[in-house]
Amino acid sequence: MSSIVKTDDSANISYRQVGKPLPRSDAAGKVFGKTPYAGDYVLPGMLHMHVVRADMASAALVRLDVEKARALPGVVAVLTAADLPDNMAATDIPGQTGQKRLDTDQQVLVRARVKYFGEPLALIAAETPDIAARAAALVSFELKPMPGVYDPLEAMQPGAPMVQGHDNIVATHKIRKGDAAAGLAAADIVVENTFRTPFQEHAFLEPEAGLAWIDENEVINIRVCTQVIEHFRAIADAVGVPHNKIRIRGALVGGGFGGKEDVTVEIYLALMAMKTGRPVRLEYSREDSFLGHGKRHPFILTYKTGLMRDGRICGLDVEIIADSGAYVFLSPYVLLYGAVSAPGPYRVDNLNVHARAVATNNMFTSAFRGFGGMQACAAYEQQMDECARALGMDRIAFRRLNYLKTGDEISTGFIPPSAIWTEECADLAWQKLGGELPAQAKQPAGPLRRGRGLAAYQQSYGRLTFLHDTSEAWVGVEVDGTVIVRSGVTDIGAGQASALGQIVAEVLGVTLDDVIIYNSDSAVTPLAGTTTATRALYMTGNAAKMAAEALRTRLVERAAKALGVAPDGVELSANRAFVADDPDQGMAFIELVKLCAAEGTHRSELVNFQAPFSDHLDAETGQGQAHPDYTFGAHAVEVSVDSETGEVRVLRSVAVHDIGQCINRAAVEGQIEGAAQNGQGYALSEEMLYEQGRLITPSFSEYLMPTSMDMPRIEISLLESRSGLGPYGAKGIGEPAISPVAPAIANAVADAIGVRVFEMPITPERVLKALNNG
Amino acid sequence: MTQARKITLRINGHDETVTVPAHRTLLEALRDSGHVEVKRGCEKGDCGACAVLVDDVAIDSCLTLAWSAAGKQITTVTGLGTPDDPHPLQVAFRDLGAAQCGFCTPGMIIAAQGLLAENPDPSDDDIRLALSGNLCRCTGYAKILDAVAQAAAVMRAGGEGS
Repeated sequence: MSSIVKTDDSANISYRQVGKPLPRSDAAGKVFGKTPYAGDYVLPGMLHMHVVRADMASAALVRLDVEKARALPGVVAVLTAADLPDNMAATDIPGQTGQKRLDTDQQVLVRARVKYFGEPLALIAAETPDIAARAAALVSFELKPMPGVYDPLEAMQPGAPMVQGHDNIVATHKIRKGDAAAGLAAADIVVENTFRTPFQEHAFLEPEAGLAWIDENEVINIRVCTQVIEHFRAIADAVGVPHNKIRIRGALVGGGFGGKEDVTVEIYLALMAMKTGRPVRLEYSREDSFLGHGKRHPFILTYKTGLMRDGRICGLDVEIIADSGAYVFLSPYVLLYGAVSAPGPYRVDNLNVHARAVATNNMFTSAFRGFGGMQACAAYEQQMDECARALGMDRIAFRRLNYLKTGDEISTGFIPPSAIWTEECADLAWQKLGGELPAQAKQPAGPLRRGRGLAAYQQSYGRLTFLHDTSEAWVGVEVDGTVIVRSGVTDIGAGQASALGQIVAEVLGVTLDDVIIYNSDSAVTPLAGTTTATRALYMTGNAAKMAAEALRTRLVERAAKALGVAPDGVELSANRAFVADDPDQGMAFIELVKLCAAEGTHRSELVNFQAPFSDHLDAETGQGQAHPDYTFGAHAVEVSVDSETGEVRVLRSVAVHDIGQCINRAAVEGQIEGAAQNGQGYALSEEMLYEQGRLITPSFSEYLMPTSMDMPRIEISLLESRSGLGPYGAKGIGEPAISPVAPAIANAVADAIGVRVFEMPITPERVLKALNNG
Repeated sequence: MTQARKITLRINGHDETVTVPAHRTLLEALRDSGHVEVKRGCEKGDCGACAVLVDDVAIDSCLTLAWSAAGKQITTVTGLGTPDDPHPLQVAFRDLGAAQCGFCTPGMIIAAQGLLAENPDPSDDDIRLALSGNLCRCTGYAKILDAVAQAAAVMRAGGEGS
């Protein structure tokens, strides 16, 4: 349960649909077992696919023999690189921009060189899943091990095995603001620390799945769970058909978190549908899912902070090394987010950031909720505690001296257009938690220690502005007064579609039940852009609102004529159109719509919403606009640490965010509660163990995310500055909610045991090691 | 490969005859016969998405051989209630926002029903323990715990919850 504690209500507005804790339009289907997911679709005559993967991380493919597999009765086709056109699969940033970097593409199937463990060698299609699996076991291949590199620092050394390009450095970003060297030289104290953050698996409950078929127009239809239907273009390029011959029909997605942002099974399905002419289905096993999509980038972050005795930050130098794994994918963008976020929500006039993403033979890394900003937050908020300790200052008071305020420049020199309420959020979170624990409370009798920690953050919502993001939406009213929304937006479980229904219902004065939303079809719903980058509500919500408002204008004009008043004197609410000053004088919404229909009035609207467009950041200084805007907030936790076993328990978890304007209260809370789980796992228990690039934890019994036994209730307070760029002043919350969780936990652990664990996850082993060394 | 055998499964109150080999799991048998509301999340008993009730006990159908369920009462989330005649758990999950992506929801609701059949007045810790084999990545379990507690209260009061 949350409370809304501060709202900028100077606008004096009240909403009928927006901000209410309404059950989402997708909720009923899910609880009654009626909602089909991508893996639930079947077609007559369909084949079942299996992917054969390499079992080494760095090797030459010497021999690949699929003849025995092909000969197995029931096997219809086996594809290897030799059977494919020479096309590559784009790994670059998805979406509708058509922009693409060079040298980022991946081979669809291994042609000669294996670069990561699990890279696909062959695709099998058979009459049954059993036969496909048996055929996979009959594929025989020989891999010759080649020198690999599994540590980004080693990958930058002279003579390191080359994975990408001539130096393994796949992206570099610099930020130069003021004079960091002078600032550090003038400092009374310089605090330097290196923090390490780990790989992370998205661990959505629904493994990747899809079903492809070729229709009567030779269009390859792919029913798939994806965050990005706009991939139809990259899929078409990879399989060699025109863009209008691929149709993505997204299903409701069983969790994404960035892990279904890149192409997953689509190209394999399209190739096999083309090869066999039959419908083909591919559903990943959990192990396939662990091996098949990119992970969160591990970062190594070195912070050198210059401090004046009075607690002001006078200079900051940050070095970031990100492990991009074997292919580039979204590494340059993840890195850019990390660089832009490096100082956090603090004013740093003398800043130097040097960030590099480095190729290794580890699993490739790409989008994951938080997208580089989370890794930066994990470091800068631990560093803030360390700085306060070095100064001998209260850590909250120290932060207060340095917070960005509304109207301040961030690291790139850009002034966010919205309110910056970091201080309000952090103070409230700390106050709700109860402030610092007294010394005796930290060390009660026995082995348990207790501690508290806080982390504040700055996290963008909306895509990078140089990508020139747009979103289309269509809204129409039927002659019976019901409303239809068409938006390409993919719904990955956060209520993306339902929010559009609420917004349109608000504008047209109907209820959510009157609205039906068609979404996630690249052929028939207007392209709304990706469900990534905390952009869905901001972009698709604004587009739906614009379309609904344009339609409303026309309806209201007609109602005004009928009611004999000026259009601005007409209100639409509770399924009626009426005179605002005299609500009894009016007509039912359905009558208004019938009137318009009888007269041939256009009862629908298609619009295109544009985010702010900018140039690229300056290559040398990193100055300019990177994102449309930012969300600010804080998370605070109390933990217990068993000093004998090293086990950390999170006892309390407090989240305070300025979300601009709540559209659906339960959905906002759900984002924050889920982020607390995901961030807690990142901080404490989720560990992807690789041995020479080989993942040795490819299951949920080895890769441990928090269960119902591990999660405290999340105490949530929402602030509404109504200053965001989203509909009704909303900001985004999907990614912002996760960033501060892990550093808050790390700070609480350090508070409890008196020493810091500089590498996440903070496992019992690492806690005991820190205690023994401390 | 073993010979397939014809068995009868009593699914949501209806007898269904399926022909399956000995190694076929109950999860596969259910999904292959159209009960796709039973979700396949890991096939190793780690995640709980495939949970069904077998004679009122919640089990992971991926760890159960179909043959061993022959003749027993199998209940999936669609058998628990319908929009016209909802189970209090379904009402609570729907109204409290306990379903986000929804993929864990059928198994969660089944695991919760398994608990409530045995213990109509569970504590918060009882609920947590009963759901500890069901993973969720979206909700942090908060609204799920709320929903189970609310449904339990409604059921104790003898209501349908809608």
